[in-house]
Amino acid sequence: MLRTCRSWPLLMVVVLLFSACGQPPWNNPYPASQSGENILYGAFTERPKHLDPVRSYSSNEYAFIAQIYEPPLQYHFLKRPYELVPLTAHALPEVRYLDANGKPLAADADPDRIAVSEYLIEISPGIQYQPHAAFAKDEEGAYRYHDLNTQAVARINTLDELPETGTRELIAEDYVYQIKRLATPWLHSPIAGLMGEHILGFQALSEKIEDEAPDPVNGERPFFDLRQVAFEGAEVIDRYRYRIRLEGRYPQFVYWLAMPFFAPMPWEAEALYGQLGMEQNNLTLDWYPVGTGPFMLSENNPNLRMVLTRNPNFHGERYPGAGMPEDQAAGLLEDAGKPLPFIDQAIYSLEQESIPYWNKFLQGYYDSSGVSSDAFDQAIQFDAAGEAGLTDDMREQGIELVTAVQTSIWYMGFNMLDPLLGGDSERARLLRQAISIAVDFDEYISIFANGRGVEGQGPIPPGIFGHREGEAGINPYVFDWRDGRAVRKPLDDAKALLAEAGYADGRDPETGRPLTIYYEAMDAGPDGKARLNWMRKQFDKLGIELVVRATDYNRFQEKMRKGTGQVFMWGWNADYPDPENFFFLLYGPNRKVDGGENAANYQNPEFDQLFERMKNMEDGPERQAVIDRMTEIIRHDAPWSFGFYPKAFSLHHQWLDNVKPNLMANNTLKYRRLEPEIREQLRERWNPPVLWPIGALVVILILGSIPALMVARRRERSRAR
Amino acid sequence: MSAYILRRLLYAIPILIGVNLITFLLFFVVNSPDDMARMQLGDKRVTQEAIDTWKAEHGYDKPLLFNADAGGLGTVTETIFFDKSLKLFAFDFGQSDSGRDIGFDIRQRMWPSLAIAIPTLLVGLAISVSYALMIVFFRATYIDFGSVVLLVAMMSISGLFYIIGGQFLIGKLFHLVPISGYDTGLEALKFLILPVVVGVVAGIGSSTRLYRTFFLEEINRDYVRTARAKGLRERVVLFRHVLRNALIPILTGVVAVLPLLFMGALIIESFFGVPGLGSYTIDAINRQDFSIVRAMVFLGSVLYIIGLLMTDISYTLVDPRVRLS
Repeated sequence: MLRTCRSWPLLMVVVLLFSACGQPPWNNPYPASQSGENILYGAFTERPKHLDPVRSYSSNEYAFIAQIYEPPLQYHFLKRPYELVPLTAHALPEVRYLDANGKPLAADADPDRIAVSEYLIEISPGIQYQPHAAFAKDEEGAYRYHDLNTQAVARINTLDELPETGTRELIAEDYVYQIKRLATPWLHSPIAGLMGEHILGFQALSEKIEDEAPDPVNGERPFFDLRQVAFEGAEVIDRYRYRIRLEGRYPQFVYWLAMPFFAPMPWEAEALYGQLGMEQNNLTLDWYPVGTGPFMLSENNPNLRMVLTRNPNFHGERYPGAGMPEDQAAGLLEDAGKPLPFIDQAIYSLEQESIPYWNKFLQGYYDSSGVSSDAFDQAIQFDAAGEAGLTDDMREQGIELVTAVQTSIWYMGFNMLDPLLGGDSERARLLRQAISIAVDFDEYISIFANGRGVEGQGPIPPGIFGHREGEAGINPYVFDWRDGRAVRKPLDDAKALLAEAGYADGRDPETGRPLTIYYEAMDAGPDGKARLNWMRKQFDKLGIELVVRATDYNRFQEKMRKGTGQVFMWGWNADYPDPENFFFLLYGPNRKVDGGENAANYQNPEFDQLFERMKNMEDGPERQAVIDRMTEIIRHDAPWSFGFYPKAFSLHHQWLDNVKPNLMANNTLKYRRLEPEIREQLRERWNPPVLWPIGALVVILILGSIPALMVARRRERSRAR
Repeated sequence: MSAYILRRLLYAIPILIGVNLITFLLFFVVNSPDDMARMQLGDKRVTQEAIDTWKAEHGYDKPLLFNADAGGLGTVTETIFFDKSLKLFAFDFGQSDSGRDIGFDIRQRMWPSLAIAIPTLLVGLAISVSYALMIVFFRATYIDFGSVVLLVAMMSISGLFYIIGGQFLIGKLFHLVPISGYDTGLEALKFLILPVVVGVVAGIGSSTRLYRTFFLEEINRDYVRTARAKGLRERVVLFRHVLRNALIPILTGVVAVLPLLFMGALIIESFFGVPGLGSYTIDAINRQDFSIVRAMVFLGSVLYIIGLLMTDISYTLVDPRVRLS
């Protein structure tokens, strides 16, 4: 008996070893029931704050809501440069211009004469909403859950507790309703201020809603039906057509129509969530979206996972039949004309730390991944020409790499209100230009971004109209064109500029001491130390002493708003692919100290005048010429050192198809196609349970216990004597 | 005893007010209500008007601690501090700055925290006590010396190392359990193994050393000598006499931490993707959500006070010589 008991750990090990043969992977984080299913697995690192399209404005939120909500337009998945195409709209909007007397004007009319721009949008009939409790009706046709009593509401904690669902057809009124929501003060839309400048009567509507809406009860705003509020800026023409009126001309408005801000919102959803007690129980549009898109949010637990499931009522969009010439070879047109979406479900798990995220990707439990700094050397290598490629290990695993220069810029800004660096004096301008030469962003990209970036030559990144490639696109104040590439000017040129500015060897002529410049940094943590030391060294090349004022992001923003900083680094991510979205960061009336986004507080009358003209022009040679002149002004005045355009690297497994980076579109999940059988096979091959360590541990424990037992027995015997 | 408990509960009130005040001051030294509004409304295109509206709606438009414009009692009551603190004492945590019901979230998220904390505590306790007893049994031998060296080494290693090492070895190399994640019901078991193993291993060093000290203290007592003089075997002396008496400080120490198990493990939950209260607190700090931060600090303080009170009471239960007065 005793002998049997002693040998059971060994028996267990043997049983375990045999039982592991042919079993599915033990480390599979997903239930066995999902095995072989057409489910895409991804991760999110930061929980989305808002899912209400009126408030949502960040990429981690768009990753979800762009699959659910459908604005009238979208970006073509494959074509470049980015091209707007209809989504729920029947066609691109018809734009009509009117003068101050309401008379129609020609499309090429002088922008100064245009008093009103009218956008007529016609949506396709027959589009249905996802099944949702807001649409559920009883036998008499009354809404099932729109008039719940307080006790009933108090018992509801999730939307699943309202089991009946319904749907209805998408109508033009839903789009107008959402535009009115943008103006609703308590919904805090981030673009309310901007739209107030453009949509006719937007401010008045906002005030009207504030006046007419019922007051909050216990902090909750009762349902206020916005359909009853008249609005000249957006009106329903008929069931499928609506019209938006803008003040003057604003050609970039069409891009906003491809963003979730302008997605439809059924009044029934607000009527459901607007019942008192719903908000207290976390039942809001910020948590339970309602859309017409290819997917619906079937599980919203941002502390664990978010699940998008195929919308059974989706209107049947098809995969694009045309793209770029290289798309055919890349296999991106193999699914042309097939109905979307291809996958049944997408499960996104919360992964706050990069190491487990990366390891689970390598094990095949995530279909795609970014490349964190920790894993960069393991995944990426550069060839002699500086081109990024995968390491042998990654290639053996069948992993594929996709890179794209982002429509973003990281720049070093000089505060133009600063007495030393700012202003339009020749002295300050030469000083800024000298610094721009000295701060080597190519080195920065290499050291701190693992080579993931392209040195900036102007404010407009590649992929946006107005950006010029090659020799014509270099910043001649900082770079020379040599051997077919842009080469940073030698440091002696910077020193010469500095001397010309009156700061020979970087010394202040008044004090004879090195010139001191203050750098406002937002990365006060230990990670930022190396970056800040590097920045100090760049200035030191000119003999300038850089004093770093590191602080947190809140204080940094405060300094920017007050215009008290001197030099800083900041970035901008494009809202839409138009040069206006970058040049406005340097537009005089948009200065940060006046509440705008122009953090350098730059102001140049000629530039501002050209900006006013450029923003109203159609893309073409004339607009390019204006942009070239604006770029030249900025390069000459140097309120920014153009830093770099970040480059996105993403990896995906061989079983994920139709992956093409589209930096403007967020609704690309519907194009993804999976081969789950391959995934299943490879997961099993990559993750066999390794059981010998358990056996080894048991053996070590047994072997280790033998001398201990001997000592114990000897001790007890010695005492017995 | 009831008078003692009542007195301790009354002492708790100024402690909680003090903790609340310190939390408030520390939070608002770093974040202004404007910063909080910007965090909620986003960075891009936010106007000062929108910020002011958000502050008014969330009660952050008042002075922080002293309202000079209000007369009489209003100087104190018409402040952010008073508004946000009063309901806490009725355990009404209200809504987070992003609009979620904090009480609901706490009720939801305490279960994953407990699912990790309870097995970690029990298994850790069993292993540490057994190991400490074994070391004491073999005291003054190479096993004792080697174990102490090992325990000191284990104590010196950062908890983060155990987490990353555990994920690498057990999850990545041996493919035995998922590297991270969580699920509900029985599916949760496979996700709990690794964090529990890591939590236990990370805690063995310090707790075994502590328990060894307790046992060594007991082993030289007169009653032990008497037991040996009676001819009892060393094993019997250790398990029947020494263990029973040394358990008093061990159990009272455990009782003190029991209520805090609800609060979750900050780093473990974050690394293993466990949606518990530890990661809830970390997220709230990162998102500058003062409502959650103050609720969690308040809850932690209350649980800590309860833990200390339970320790006192447990003393009287396990040691008849102790009387509360």
